[in-house]
Amino acid sequence: MRLADTLGMAVQAIVRNKLRSFLTTLGIIIGVASVVAMVHLGQSATRSVTEQIASIGSNLLFVMPGTAQRGPGGVRTSAEPFAMDDVEALRREIEGILVAPGLSRSTSVVLGNANETLSVEGTSNEYFTVRNHAVAQGRGFEEAEQRAGAAVCVIGQTVVDEMYGLQEPLGSTLRVGRTACQVVGVLEAKGQSMGQDRDKAVLMPIKAVQRRLVGELDVSVVYVSALVDGTTQRVQGEIEALLRQRRRLAEGEPDDFYVRDTQDIADALEQTTATLTILLGAIAAVSLLVGGIGIMNIMLVSVTERTREIGIRLAIGARSGDVQTQFLVESVLLATLGGLVGLVLGVGGTWLVTEKLGMPFVLSPAVMALGFSFSVAIGVAFGYFPARKAARLNPIEALRHE
Amino acid sequence: MPAEAGLAPARGLPILEMRGIRKVYGSGGTAVHALAGVDLTIRAGEFVAVMGPSGSGKSTCMNLLGCLDVPSAGEYRFCGVPVAGLSRDALALLRRHYMGFVFQSFNLLPRITALDNVALPLVYAGEGRERRRRRAMATLTSVGLAQRAMATSSQLSGGQQQRVAIARALVTEPPLLLADEPTGNLDTARAEEIMGLLAALRADRDITIVMVTHEPDIAAHADRVLYFVDGRLTRDGTPAEVLT
Repeated sequence: MRLADTLGMAVQAIVRNKLRSFLTTLGIIIGVASVVAMVHLGQSATRSVTEQIASIGSNLLFVMPGTAQRGPGGVRTSAEPFAMDDVEALRREIEGILVAPGLSRSTSVVLGNANETLSVEGTSNEYFTVRNHAVAQGRGFEEAEQRAGAAVCVIGQTVVDEMYGLQEPLGSTLRVGRTACQVVGVLEAKGQSMGQDRDKAVLMPIKAVQRRLVGELDVSVVYVSALVDGTTQRVQGEIEALLRQRRRLAEGEPDDFYVRDTQDIADALEQTTATLTILLGAIAAVSLLVGGIGIMNIMLVSVTERTREIGIRLAIGARSGDVQTQFLVESVLLATLGGLVGLVLGVGGTWLVTEKLGMPFVLSPAVMALGFSFSVAIGVAFGYFPARKAARLNPIEALRHE
Repeated sequence: MPAEAGLAPARGLPILEMRGIRKVYGSGGTAVHALAGVDLTIRAGEFVAVMGPSGSGKSTCMNLLGCLDVPSAGEYRFCGVPVAGLSRDALALLRRHYMGFVFQSFNLLPRITALDNVALPLVYAGEGRERRRRRAMATLTSVGLAQRAMATSSQLSGGQQQRVAIARALVTEPPLLLADEPTGNLDTARAEEIMGLLAALRADRDITIVMVTHEPDIAAHADRVLYFVDGRLTRDGTPAEVLT
């Protein structure tokens, strides 16, 4: 018997019972669609996390006084803050890095009738590079402004949108605390990152914040960016050694500061999404299995229904193998069709969700191939038993079957 | 097992031989002896009617002759080949190339056309589509149904369905045609038509026909009548001898 004829018979049988065939494959469709969608969405989420981390600034280290706490924004215990000397020392002693200090204070920011309480951060010009947040309009801080602690500021896009509306921000004067502050630059829009609106920013030279807003010459955080990829480990070690020395910590005494790597955060988040992806994929795989059982169920019903037909075929010269192949091909074809439809739905669903959530749309041929071959394998596995049952029918009894 | 009908004996030589055939269903006290020792020889070209009351073993005998079942004891030779010990697949090949089956209830596959029904045995023989269609059409023409080739079985009358079934049985040009009450579901006029068709086909081809029937009028068309009672062959002769 030729393969084309076997396929033709299977197609006929499937087309003859359109609704039943559709309902039978629905399980496979849902199963494959959910496996494909879940794994793809997981990959999109991972990619999205990676991109967010990159947008914070790659190779970025946060150096803060206190004891390291697990989890983002861990509680800081009191410890001696850093001073500008420490920042200068880091700049001087460690090669291949950019350093920006940070000191922020929550204060009221007023423009005409608009009044908001914002976190105002004092920093240096390196900030724009280190934190990967460039000035889009206007300029950064001039050397003289930094040295003098001039009342100038660079503001984020959200501040522009919320306070200025259609007004031109560049050159305007913003009242920050009690200081009249000239807006010299607007940052590029960055959007949400790790749950924070990075565009809700007001940046001033650190000296201005220290003198005008805080009243102390502290530095609460130092941002360090390694200029060469893959050197953050080395840089972190050198920072730790230098700071221990400067803070006169004896051997064995714990650090009273900590260095956090964005890669750590990224790794932790990627780990989480990977685990979730596996979990969701496994649940989806169970539904695929249930779909397979549905196919087996219907194939068994079909064998019983078509017992007489099987008897006729056996009587006119079909071998057991021919009958077995016929039913097996039918179930594999059902599963394959289901797999294809599921694949399309899964990819379409992924696209829709990523589009809605603004995540990157990742298409993985490996995942699609896996989902599809899984459905074919299920057709074979769950079609085998009904097909064998059909092939083993006694022709005489099959012919007598009503 | 040769694939084509190369085993068929010449006219007048034995095609079916049964020696001491027994068929027992079940076992122990509930065992049913459907055939209790049957010896018979049918020669190529004969038209044999098998008769007997129900439960006499005539259907069992047909199933054994058609290699749909195997005997419990005794030797059955088909075209000189001992059938005992052949595998299921070998029996399927014998049926495919050497036998055609016609049933009381026609047993056409529903929803496919008469032409496709007739071509079905050729599908299993692995023939190409074009050749299948040609041979099926030729055979349908020989039973006088060329113009109904595209009708499905529900669009055909009983007599027409049985003629399609006969075409299906003969499309592989087997030496043996086995018919199980072929006129059982037809009225007298249609039954006579079918018998006429069988006679015409016999004149055209070298076929041996074995037909189960319980109607003496139908059996009268045969050359020879076998009469079974209680699993034994009790009478064997011309219709005139057996039926009177």
